[in-house]
Amino acid sequence: MSEPIKLSYHVPGDDFTRAGEASSAVKKTLKKLGVHPDVVRRVAIAMYEGEINMVIHAHGGEIEVEIHPDIVKMELRDTGPGIEDISLAMQEGYSTAPDEVRNLGFGAGMGLPNMKKYTDDMRIESELGVGTTVWMTVKNE
Amino acid sequence: MKQVSELAKALGFEVVSPGEDPHREVSGGVYCCDLLSIAMGRARSDGVWVTVMANVNAVAVAVLCDVACVVIAEGMAIDETTRQKAVDQGVCLLHTDLPIYDAAKAADRFLSDEA
Repeated sequence: MSEPIKLSYHVPGDDFTRAGEASSAVKKTLKKLGVHPDVVRRVAIAMYEGEINMVIHAHGGEIEVEIHPDIVKMELRDTGPGIEDISLAMQEGYSTAPDEVRNLGFGAGMGLPNMKKYTDDMRIESELGVGTTVWMTVKNE
Repeated sequence: MKQVSELAKALGFEVVSPGEDPHREVSGGVYCCDLLSIAMGRARSDGVWVTVMANVNAVAVAVLCDVACVVIAEGMAIDETTRQKAVDQGVCLLHTDLPIYDAAKAADRFLSDEA
């Protein structure tokens, strides 16, 4: 596994039935590679929260994953409305998700905090009306 | 070690989707939560997850957490899309009219050999 394995996924917007397909696929790949279960789980959770955010807020987006021997890198890009106040969005409990999303078991303002919690590094760039990109890494050690 | 098929049979839980391996052993205890963002971090691998969230997202979380089975409690209706997703993903999905606490308590007692 000297060369990184690169994976790309399209996340369809507004379709909760397909949310989780990308994180599930990455999880399977990491498991096959023999990556430690804790690392697999952390990557899968962070990615799944990212997917859900894309579906809820941004009409979908693109995800790219690089699997290196010592680290897993994720880049999640969308062309949604952007995040007005990133520090506020990072606060647990803050959410702009509509009621129907809450009824599905999300929208409690835990998405971005969970992504930070389960990764070793997370960075967000967002511009209103342009979109949001999130970079996350999980060390494989 | 008890199997999911034994648990379903002993407690009278309806098997909506048998999962990849009906004889899968349950070793991760019993966990209850309906908020998926919490459940995905806490539900244990090879465990039983009891919830009222009878939707496709619960199936996705079950896959992420690799739980042995999901128990949909309180008689919540499971739609065909959710059932099919559970079958496609190899997730064991069980159903009961019991309240969450009672379902979890029954599962825990069964797994602890007290039933």
